[in-house]
Amino acid sequence: MRRPSSSMLMTAGLFSLPLGWALLLLIVPYILMIAVGFWTRQFPLFVPDFQFGNYLQLFSDPQYTTVILRTLKIAAMVTGCALILGYPLAYFLVFTIRSDKLRNLVYMAVIVPLWVSYLLRAYTWKIILGTDGALNSALMSLGLIDAPLDAFLYNQTAMVITLTYIFVPFMVMPIYAVLENIPKGLIEASEDLGIGPLGTFRHVIAPLSLGGVVAGAMMTFCLSFGDFVAPVLVGGPDGTMVANLLQTQFGAALNWPLGSALATLVLIMVLAILAVTGWAERASARNLR
Amino acid sequence: MKQLLWWQKGMVGFVFGVLAFLYLPIVVLIVFSFNDSKVTSFPLAGFTWHWYQAVFANAQMLTALKNSLIVAVCATGLTLTIGTLAALVLDRHDFPGKGLFRNAILLPLSLPGLVTGIAMLNFYKQIGIPQSLTAVVIGHATALLGVVVSQVMARLAKTDHRLLEASADLGAGPVETFFRVTLPSIRPAILGAGLLSFTLSFDEIPVTYFLTGRDITLPIYIYSTLRRGITPEINAIGSMIVLVSLLLIVLSVGLLRDRK
Amino acid sequence: MSSRPIVTLDGVTKSFGSFKALHETSFSIGEGEFVTLLGPSGCGKTTTLRLIGGFELPTTGKIGIAGQDVTHNPPYRRPVNTVFQDYALFPHMTVAENVAYGLTVRGSTVARSDIPRQVGEVLEMVGLSHMGGKRPGALSGGQKQRVAMARALIRKPRVLLLDEPLSALDVKLREVMQVELKRLHRELGITFLMVTHDQTEALALSNRIVVMEAGRIRQIGTPNDLYDRPATPYVADFIGATNLIEARYEGREAGFEVITLPGGAKLRRKASGNGFHPGSEVLIGIRPEHLSPAVGDNLVQGRVVDTLFHGDSIRLEFLPDGATQPAFAQLARGSSLSADALMPGQPIRFAVAPEDVMLFPKVAA
Repeated sequence: MRRPSSSMLMTAGLFSLPLGWALLLLIVPYILMIAVGFWTRQFPLFVPDFQFGNYLQLFSDPQYTTVILRTLKIAAMVTGCALILGYPLAYFLVFTIRSDKLRNLVYMAVIVPLWVSYLLRAYTWKIILGTDGALNSALMSLGLIDAPLDAFLYNQTAMVITLTYIFVPFMVMPIYAVLENIPKGLIEASEDLGIGPLGTFRHVIAPLSLGGVVAGAMMTFCLSFGDFVAPVLVGGPDGTMVANLLQTQFGAALNWPLGSALATLVLIMVLAILAVTGWAERASARNLR
Repeated sequence: MKQLLWWQKGMVGFVFGVLAFLYLPIVVLIVFSFNDSKVTSFPLAGFTWHWYQAVFANAQMLTALKNSLIVAVCATGLTLTIGTLAALVLDRHDFPGKGLFRNAILLPLSLPGLVTGIAMLNFYKQIGIPQSLTAVVIGHATALLGVVVSQVMARLAKTDHRLLEASADLGAGPVETFFRVTLPSIRPAILGAGLLSFTLSFDEIPVTYFLTGRDITLPIYIYSTLRRGITPEINAIGSMIVLVSLLLIVLSVGLLRDRK
Repeated sequence: MSSRPIVTLDGVTKSFGSFKALHETSFSIGEGEFVTLLGPSGCGKTTTLRLIGGFELPTTGKIGIAGQDVTHNPPYRRPVNTVFQDYALFPHMTVAENVAYGLTVRGSTVARSDIPRQVGEVLEMVGLSHMGGKRPGALSGGQKQRVAMARALIRKPRVLLLDEPLSALDVKLREVMQVELKRLHRELGITFLMVTHDQTEALALSNRIVVMEAGRIRQIGTPNDLYDRPATPYVADFIGATNLIEARYEGREAGFEVITLPGGAKLRRKASGNGFHPGSEVLIGIRPEHLSPAVGDNLVQGRVVDTLFHGDSIRLEFLPDGATQPAFAQLARGSSLSADALMPGQPIRFAVAPEDVMLFPKVAA
């Protein structure tokens, strides 16, 4: 019924630009990466193929399985630490602070570090931890210890601390958002029914904030799983993570098919996590309706 | 504020602890940028501007800084243009594969940057885009689309559709309606997304790492320097970046507040 | 219709997918009329208004405005303007900028230098001369309503379309704005087409009312027509309220039509010439305000179910003898009935004048 006009054609052209861009420069590259994961390496070239050798290698060679398991472990530890720090913080912001102004200010203070260079925030821990770093030297000059503790730098603890530091705001944000959306009337109703703060938390707040916890946890997990700066800066020899492995495959080891297969595994894991998160968030939103 | 219970007092302490955890490292960075010593340990050795002077004498670092700024500006401009268009398309039109497009555009936000970088590297190699700052700009602009699309779409969803009808009713054609009604209502989102994209692009490592060629950006420069060890120059340039970031935040908060 | 038509709909239909929002509809509106589209939500009234405004295109049929076929014209090429439900004021512009918008668009023939004067005039007309510098966010509901009117009127539309213009206001303000709307219509002399679900609003304001239901027009007429001579039980119940009682038509008798109520009592009705055969099943309609507790000989009898105090009146719910559905009567507060007589279960009877009994076929049209 509508007659196509020149302006409509222009609109169509204008609107196909972003779609074309995303298709060509985003979707096709991801698909290609998945495809390359099935290719074969014939040093120094890679030839198109369809075989599962790369995946087989990733799952059987202990060199790779160790790293994958370690990365999962560290990402899980970071997620746990971030939750322990982030949840009470978000709870305090929403339920204890009564002034809107103060609440926004403290919330901003938690979020602002995200705007400060990620690399620099990882780097500061290299200065702080370590044999002659700020922490050890401060403790020594205060006379609390006699010799530097090397408990901190170049090990997994240092990585967990650093990654938690970097990603804790990602945990706070979604939890804060869901807590803020819980109608205050529900809490008053619970207290009115004679349930104390702890019971109210267990029966009302915790179930209703689960969606935010899941979202924050998944975000933190994905981000720390894929991080490759912290391992290099504070990780040390047993700190190699999946990201470093990937880097090697595309660098020194020059095995793009294997690297692509590993990257595809990460992609699948993230997609699965996103699906779970999406489901949890929808379920939580349904609860609040 | 009303009297706090004991556990609430405990939580106040806890919150101060977390905030200290978040900010002390940044303070340490700034303190050591003025410390007159090659090692970053206490006690402090005295005040110096030396490391800042060293930054401005370090041609390599300055070139990297310039490259970073160019990349961030170009990538931000590109991603804002394409991302805003994409958000408008996704908001207004239904077409097959719409969900796939939206999810693909948002994917780089949660996917480790490394994976996106690898995907792009594979693809650029196949179609013959050489590793260069241009490749980095295209890569950043593409990876950051999600930032722009999510923010602008959220804003569009809040925009009353009737405003567009009112504009048409009062005699404005689609283009005029876009510039006089749609654009003003999504301007804060575009501004916010622009600032965020700039910051992220300026700071980006994983995608840049794979796509850049001989010309390197500041984060890559710092990253490769750090692998060799600490130099206090990095504290100095780092402190300057922190300062600029904080200024940008104050600026953006102020800008967004005035718009309300 | 006394004047020449300014809006004509000719065989217009509108479907959204498989849903038919508007069945084939034809009607016209005369120049200078105040016409209301009245019906419950989902009846197609808003769709009709949006078709005339150009926000939807008809699936079939033609729409003409001021002698021009505008069926396929976008909103910005139609000589009509709309006052939107919830006003749709541009939040990023001041009141004056909102009002001036329609004069500053491309293609406007008004000279830039003349715009402030016109804005001032139209703001004064709606009583907001001092508000030009404010943002819509700082206005009350009634003020927003006035700005929306001013913004639409400054374009000097041939027809002003009003989509539920008063629905967001509280009762008191709504009455004030009704008077205001009537005044503006009188002073401007242009055509008003309003959509509402509120029958009192429609009765108070319109020259003519178009009653719609389920995507179809049920009746078009003046408020008096619709109130006195509703075409269907639906219209009878929607315009004002009507008690509908199933009954049997007996035939004519001395200038009256005689109907047997379910309880066996006979009711007389002023003969109007209908096509019913004696013995056919019918519905009779009696408005609550036409039931009087005074004793007479044309009676509806039943038992009290409940009473509701309405301030100036009492609403009495009763079950007519033999009926399955309760009926209502409206009693003046000082009515002669004692409190005892209004106790639930008490027998009660009402007289009704023969000219106040409406008669409909039993199967709703």
